[in-house]
Amino acid sequence: MEKGREAGPENATATAGEGKKRELVCIRCPIGCRITVEDIPDGTRRITGNTCNRGAEYAEKELTNPTRIVTSTVRLRGGKAAVVSVKTKGDIPKGKIMECMEAIKGVELEAPVRIGDVALADVAGTGVDIVVTKDVEASVSA
Amino acid sequence: MEKKVKLLVVGGGPAGLAAAVAAKEAGITVGDILIMERDGELGGILNQCIHNGFGLHTFKEELTGPEYAARYAGKVCAAKIPYLLHTIVVDIRAEGETKYVTAMNKQEGLFTVEAHAVVLAMGCRERSRGALNIPGYRPAGIYSAGTAQRYVNMEGRMPGKEVVILGSGDIGLIMARRMTLEGAKVKLVAELMPYSGGLKRNIVQCLDDFGIPLKLSHTVVDIDGKERVKGVTVAAVDENRKPIAGTEEYISCDTLLLSCGLIPENELSAGLGVELNPVTSGPVVNESLETNVEGVFACGNVLHVHDLVDGVSEEAENAGRNAAAYIRRKRPGNGQEKEPWEEPEQAGAAEEAAGQGGSAKGAVIGIKTGEGVRYTVPSKLRLNYMQEEHVIRFRVGDVYQDAVLSVYFNDTPVMQIKKRVMAPGEMEQVKLRKTKLKDYPDLKEIRIAVEREEHG
Repeated sequence: MEKGREAGPENATATAGEGKKRELVCIRCPIGCRITVEDIPDGTRRITGNTCNRGAEYAEKELTNPTRIVTSTVRLRGGKAAVVSVKTKGDIPKGKIMECMEAIKGVELEAPVRIGDVALADVAGTGVDIVVTKDVEASVSA
Repeated sequence: MEKKVKLLVVGGGPAGLAAAVAAKEAGITVGDILIMERDGELGGILNQCIHNGFGLHTFKEELTGPEYAARYAGKVCAAKIPYLLHTIVVDIRAEGETKYVTAMNKQEGLFTVEAHAVVLAMGCRERSRGALNIPGYRPAGIYSAGTAQRYVNMEGRMPGKEVVILGSGDIGLIMARRMTLEGAKVKLVAELMPYSGGLKRNIVQCLDDFGIPLKLSHTVVDIDGKERVKGVTVAAVDENRKPIAGTEEYISCDTLLLSCGLIPENELSAGLGVELNPVTSGPVVNESLETNVEGVFACGNVLHVHDLVDGVSEEAENAGRNAAAYIRRKRPGNGQEKEPWEEPEQAGAAEEAAGQGGSAKGAVIGIKTGEGVRYTVPSKLRLNYMQEEHVIRFRVGDVYQDAVLSVYFNDTPVMQIKKRVMAPGEMEQVKLRKTKLKDYPDLKEIRIAVEREEHG
């Protein structure tokens, strides 16, 4: 009888023999390539399993400075909706995600807003702006 | 409201918008198209999918759901294609070549629009608690993942603070991250099956990034709490998906989110007499994405649930083009009023005019599911209407490692595609070339199957 198990993380590290071997799932597109990164004794890395260049880029970055795009919402005054969706315009260091969320919490915009409007510049000292991802008109009342 | 249109599109989400735009681009006059949408804005469920990852295929950039929706809504508005919001279609009826679409809204009350062709683009809905048969009281705090998504992302409300998620569909995974970012504690994602129903990338960036545990082969066997959820009991399940006695674990929480599958919303289709596939719960369609009711086409999640909106848009554009071709072929009247988009008939049309099927030219090839393949869309091909390169989409029934996708023409193997990993949560496709099909004059049946890789 197979008992239910806890799934381990998809991105795992195993040390076997002389080279360190890491398995990653690429998150750059929905294909989700399983990428293997092997440390070669000469100090370089061998990256296999990726179907495109973005995968190699991702693997390299994931092991040195993992980054993510953060998406959330901010409050909106006088709009047809109470909140509007936003994102970091580029990726930010993974370790800065919660700090970024904390900064977003304090933001309130005034309707109307347009896709691309900057909601917050240079979030959490990352140099990356938070931008609006939806057009929302002002509400018709008053 | 007395209105006649050539093409009526039911649903203003990604499928409906792409179908309407494609029909316009295929020559249907803008004023002859009408989109009906029950929500207050175009874009459908994309509006609540504020995460990124949409459109890599279509636009070669990573967009959020609202941004992707805005691209298509923008095309509809720029083309001035008419649409009705807050309008719900309640009935579709076909009499010969004419379809009668009955709808409701605040301005018009109940009204009927006459249409020549209809594109079904109603999308899908989530499997509910009722359909899952989870025992326990019915306290507040139990939501489908999509409902929670709408509350958080569109209405700015948090459904709860301590969350357990049942089901590892993509919306559940996305909401695990979203609720965590907004300060909730997501204690567990439990999945009944021995594999996740969502994309691998979402396991990585929504669960692993935040240390949220995923328990496979686990389910919720009890919900505690009378007014509000106080906790749930989770248990491991055996290979028959039955809870194993003694494995129960109580987890306190105030919210249970359900992400246990999506079901195409086909009540309208069924009422119209559209034949449905019991595997997909979506219409059975031919290569033109046309149902058994002529002039009625289906695309997007109402046809079969997609993983990616890019696939929806592509499919819907085909449906829109095919609906336009149908309208051109079957336009009532004596053909005196030549319109600018009148163009030489397609190869298939002449044969169709000559009589229904039967002729050697009008061969219909069935697409059969072999070992490991749950369904295919389309499920039949009329050679004359086929595109030069035709995409067959399908899902496999299990997780396969290092397997081969085989395509058979009658019983002859013609294609073997090596696959490192295939899973039910990730839609597969094969491309068939018309020229290749023509090399098999007696082709009656195409079969797609999963086979183990042969070594040696």
